[in-house]
Parts: sequence; C-alpha cells; structure tokens
Amino acid sequence: MLYREAGQFKTTYGDDQAVFPIRQDRWGMAIILAIAYVALPWLATDYFITSIMIPFLIYALAAIGLNLLTGYCGQVSLGTGGFMAVGAYAAYNLAIRVPELNLIVIFILAGGAAAMVGVVFGVPSLRIKGFYLAVATLAAQFFLDWAFARIKWFTNYTPSGSVAAPPLDIFGFAINTPDRRYFLILAIVTVMALAAKNLVRGRVGRSWMAIRDMDIAAEIIGIRPLRAKLSAFAVSSFFAGVAGALWAFLHLGAWEPLAFDINRSFLLLFMVIIGGLGSILGCFLGAAFILMVPLALNQIPTALGMPLSTAMISHLEFMIFGAMIVFFLIAEPHGLARLWALAKEKLRLWPFPH
Amino acid sequence: MRKHWRIATLGVLGAAAMMVAGLGEAMAQNEQFMPRLTYRTGPYAPNGVPFANGYADYLNLINERDGGINGVKVAFEECETGYDTARGVECYDRLKGKGAAGAAVVDPLSTGITFALTEKAPGDKIPLITMGYGRSESQDGSVFGWNFPLLGTYWAAADIIMNYVAQKEGGYGKLKGKKISLVYHDSPYGKEPIPLLEELAKRHGFAFTAMPVTHPGVEQKATWLQIRQNRPDYVLLWGWGVMNSTSIKEAAAVNYPRNKMIGVWWSGAEPDVTPAGDGSKGYLAANLQAVGDQFSVHRDIYKSVYDKGKGAAKKEEVGQVLYNRGLVNAFLATEAIRTAQAKFGNKPLNGEQVRWGIEHLDITAARIKEAGFEGLVYPIKLSCQDHMGSARARIQQWDGTKWSFVSDWIEADRKLLDPMVAAAAKKYAEEKKITPRDCSKEM
Repeated sequence: MLYREAGQFKTTYGDDQAVFPIRQDRWGMAIILAIAYVALPWLATDYFITSIMIPFLIYALAAIGLNLLTGYCGQVSLGTGGFMAVGAYAAYNLAIRVPELNLIVIFILAGGAAAMVGVVFGVPSLRIKGFYLAVATLAAQFFLDWAFARIKWFTNYTPSGSVAAPPLDIFGFAINTPDRRYFLILAIVTVMALAAKNLVRGRVGRSWMAIRDMDIAAEIIGIRPLRAKLSAFAVSSFFAGVAGALWAFLHLGAWEPLAFDINRSFLLLFMVIIGGLGSILGCFLGAAFILMVPLALNQIPTALGMPLSTAMISHLEFMIFGAMIVFFLIAEPHGLARLWALAKEKLRLWPFPH
Repeated sequence: MRKHWRIATLGVLGAAAMMVAGLGEAMAQNEQFMPRLTYRTGPYAPNGVPFANGYADYLNLINERDGGINGVKVAFEECETGYDTARGVECYDRLKGKGAAGAAVVDPLSTGITFALTEKAPGDKIPLITMGYGRSESQDGSVFGWNFPLLGTYWAAADIIMNYVAQKEGGYGKLKGKKISLVYHDSPYGKEPIPLLEELAKRHGFAFTAMPVTHPGVEQKATWLQIRQNRPDYVLLWGWGVMNSTSIKEAAAVNYPRNKMIGVWWSGAEPDVTPAGDGSKGYLAANLQAVGDQFSVHRDIYKSVYDKGKGAAKKEEVGQVLYNRGLVNAFLATEAIRTAQAKFGNKPLNGEQVRWGIEHLDITAARIKEAGFEGLVYPIKLSCQDHMGSARARIQQWDGTKWSFVSDWIEADRKLLDPMVAAAAKKYAEEKKITPRDCSKEM
C-alpha cells in the first residue's frame, strides 16, 4: 500500500523517463537530501560528521566508480585504490605547483588524470576478461603504489614520502571546519551520483550493460567494444580519482601511498558486491555497511560498559563483521540493493500479501 | 504471536540504543582524560601490546598510589587502530572530546597516524607527543606548534647509530669507503632517516644504500640476497612489528654477522629477537631508555597495581624494552600535565594548557630520581623552539637471553640536525602557508 503508484498517471514522455518515476521515491529522496543537507550538519556531532559521514560519502563515490565498471560494464577491477591514489597525488601536485587553481578545478583535473591512467590500464580489457582482467588491474594497483612510493617528483621530494594537503579554499571561503568539508563533499557526491544515475540510464550505460551481458551480441548490434570498455574505464577512474582527491584532501589531510593500498581496492570491491552490482543505491548501502558496522561493533561494548579488553573487542569486531558478510551474501547474493527492491515489492502489496 | 516477538525485539533494540546514548554522558567531571590510541591486534601487535601495557600501568600507578596527578585522577580509554591510518584518525576523532576538558595529549605510536594528526591537531588544539618517532622536522616548535617528538627523532636516531658505528671503527675518518645499508619499512617511518644518512654519507665518504621492505615485512628474501652479495660493513634496521624478527632470521639465513646489524630503538625489543632464537645473538639496537624491572618505579607498580590485580600485562613482561618505553612515555605526558597544573591549577586541563606544560617541561635528574626513573631515562628540557629536548640513546646488545648496554649515552649532533630541521620545517611552512611563531615573544 505504501508503495502503490495507483493514481499517478504519466502523461508525458518526460514523466515516464524520470529518474524517480514514483512519487514515493521522490519524496523519500527529498527527505534523505533534507536530512543530509539540513538536519545532519545541524544536529550531528563533529565525530559523526568527520568520522562517519565524510568517509561514508567518499567511499560511496569511489564505489559508484567501481560499480560503473564492474557492475554495469562487467569488467572486474582490483585497481580502484590505485586510481584513487592517482587522483590524490594529481590533486596534490596541482595544488602545490599551480596554487592559483580553484579547488573544484583541481578535483576535476585530478579526476581527469585518473581517467587517463584508467584508460591506459583498461586497454588489456579488450583482449582479456574475467579473472584474467582482474589480475591485469591488480598490476595497475601495484604499479601505481610503486610509482607514488618511489618516484620522488610525485611527492615533491618530501623526505618521508608522506605529503600533506595545502590549506583549502573556494573563492576565498576557507574549507577548514568539519561542516564545511562535509558540505563540499556532499555537494560533489550529490552531483556525481546524479550524473552516474543518468549515465547508466542513457545510451552510454546501455552500451556498457550490453557488453556486460554478452559482448559478442553487443558487437553484432553495433556497439563498439573498444569505445564502450574504455569509456567505462575512463568514467570509473574519474569517479575513483575524485574520490581519492577528496579522501586525501578532506578526510586524511596528510597521506602516504599506504593509504591507497590493495586493501582499499578490496574494501571497495566488497562494498560493491555487498551493496549490489549494477545499482547506484547499492554503492551507498555497501559503503555504509562496510564502514559503519565495524565502527559500531567496536564501540558497542564500551558504550554498554562491558569490561572487555581492547584486543577482545577488536577480535569480536572481526568475527561478527565476517559472519554478517557471509549472512547477507547467503540471504541475498545480489546485495543489499536487491533486498531493498524486494522490500519495496512487499510494501507495495502490504497489508494484503498474496 | 510473531508480531509480538517483533515488537519485543524492537523494544530491546530501542532500550539498547538509549543506553548507548545515555552512558556516554556518565563521565566523571573531575578527571583528566587521556585518549590512548593502541594496537593490540594485527601484524604490529607484538610491539604495540607491551607499549600499551606500560602506558596503562603507569597511569594506573598514578591513580592508585598518588590518587591522580596532584589529586586529579587520570581517566583513559583505549581505541584500537590496528596501525591503520584511517582507523587511527577515526579513533582520534572519537576520543578527542571526551572527559571534563577534552583530550590532554595524544600519542598514536604510528608515524602514519602522526602525519595525519599533524594536520588536525592545530585545529583541535591538542598536543601530540611522539616520543622517538613522528616527523623529524617537527622538532621545530615554531612551525610545528603541536608536535612533540620528545627524546629523539628518526634523524637523531640515525645520527646516534652512525656515531656508534664511527666509535667502533675508530672515528668518523675511518668511515671513508665503508658500505652502510639501511633495511627499512617502506612507509614514512622507514623513509625518515634516509635524508640524514645521505647527508652523513656525503660528509664522511661512505657508500649508503637504502633497501625498502614492503609492509608488513614478512617477505625479505630478495633484500637479504642483495646484502649477501654486497656484504655491507653495517646494516641499519628500521623495522617494526613482524618485520624486525623476519630481518634477523633472514640475516641468520644468509649468515650476515648480527653484531654488524644495528636496529633503531623500534627494532630492539624482546618480541623482535626471541622469534629468531639463537640467530639473534649479538644483534645490536639503540634504546631510548633502560631495560629491566629493577627500578623503583617498577617496585611501586608491582605493589600498587599488580598486587591489586589491576596490571595490564603479565607480570613477567614488566620491564621489557617496549613496556618501559610505554612507562617513560606516560611519565613524560603526566609530568607535562603536572607542569601545566603549576600554572593553571589542579584541575582537568585542556590540550592548549597541556601544550604549555610540555613546552615548559624541565625534568631534572632530581625529579627523575624522585619519580623512581633513575637510570631509566635521561633528563629532558623543552622550549617553544625545541620540541625534542635531549636526544640521547644507548646501544644495547642481545646475548640470547637479555639485553645489555654496550655503549654509554650517545648524543645526537644538534649542529648537524638543527639546520636540516630548520630547512625542512621552512619548506613545510611554505607549502602549508604557516607563519612560524616568534618563540622569543612566547613565554
């Protein structure tokens, strides 16, 4: 009943093609945005903003990037961490070498740099698929890790190889408080998530999905694999690059190549798999799950006053979190986004299921 | 029936959520809060655990024996970072606001986390004590107002170790033409000493090679094969966690003499040498403090903490290298709070007040004796400009069962360090657009 769209008539093509064709979805989205833009900055503590919302949004953005490539175009990638690193170091070098650039321009150019690198490492995808491609992208991850650890120019010859973001401002407006950083990230993520949603509904996204579902058939109906696959790599890496720049500049502040190591890539792949391959919503759900559940598990014993040692809490966190991943994957192999879709179906019939 | 069950579940969840929200407020009002970023799990746990235990035991000693610092009890909460930078930043954000006056001082025991927190600490006005680690250029207090690499930085460590090597060879003049290799953890931690060693190599004419080992450091076969081929005269080891014991085992496997291997003070604890068994005999390492539980502070800890069943470690682990380092670290932090209390009064202090205390820290030999640390630590005095204080260490050798010192206190050459620190700090200040404080005007 809650989700019944009876009485919502679509009278124009525009209505029919809307991003959110159902009124309830539009309202839901408006409420979520209102919470994100108004309620949270007003009500939430600094800890919630800096340690939960900011990493959550950045992870979600990187997960969208990976999902465009893996979920929509079917190209498995283990190099997302590397592409994030490209974005982070490109942003750093632009910011210190061309200080007059606006921060937004820096982020876009950083994404562009990552897109170019992504295209280069996407070339093998034209010949190899599946696990073999995963290995090729793994090479990207290791190569990029190596490059940022070894080539001193990238880190502006700092002795330790760790670099720090310069002071940030946009049109003279300093980005120095948690709330300001949060707003900037939220705005970027909103725009880019909307762009991704529209991209996958359009011609480009459909060509990716055609390649994913059967590349030979796609080729026969006139989709060029070269263009489709490389554009997927480019767009995916662009998202990852912007996410990397945000992670470095607005979340960590100072970082080393280890911040973008192979674990980051795995984490993002888990987010996409648990959230749901081929779903933008799934990226947010997956990022929330992977980021927030361990933090919650880590804090619950202390908050409840349970006398457990720090090590024990940490071990429990790993065990329960691992069990939950297994449980969710068994309960719904298509991810949390699919669970939500099922819930919507049920809500549509509720309270009279048949 | 099913519905009732659901309602019950919801009720339990709701009650739990309310408890979570309510308990956060239940902090005592008259306690000095110290956040403790620790790692008791993961590849670095063998080294993280004794340090955390020593720290905890000293804070408990202060509470149990003295009833706090001048009557202000110390409350502390541990947060597991797993040596991961992102998680460390989360822990810092989680704990920084707790307690009556917020976090007094943060001590992350990770160079990576220190780098990230260096960007955050000035905004939050919380000092970072990074005793024997952290950014080497943060010794310059005029640029790095909130970093305190007490007792020595990695540059100081490299200089002290090279000084020892020169002593052994019969003076710096004899180093010409020698081959020195550095086996390092491939992270900011391991890379820190490289500029100083390169500078020394240029000055004294020895050949310096740096060999990275990837995190976490269990794969070092290729590195030690290279060492077998090159046969350097000395190998400096800049490892942490499992990397240290792996290095020593590999050195034994390629038969590189262990008494030509010198570890930094983070590569010379019991968990580093015991896994290699007899292979560790003769291995050398620097140490910032002394080892053993024969000092009077340990007697107090046994009496006031362990006999009451409040000890954090196993009793036989008290007095180990990293345990004692945790003790010294906690000692310096609490002394800083004590110093600050002399100015601001005996109450919970905020980070800014504690920073004043650290900058005016002056721990004399008499105070060290009084606190039970005689022979354990060297006197230290800080200022607004100098955030390191004394930079002295001794070289110790493992004989198969215990560490014993083979050198006296060696002091780092400040004439060599200070210009390099000033240059690196200036570069950082320019990049970050920081105007250095004028320390002559501070009081």
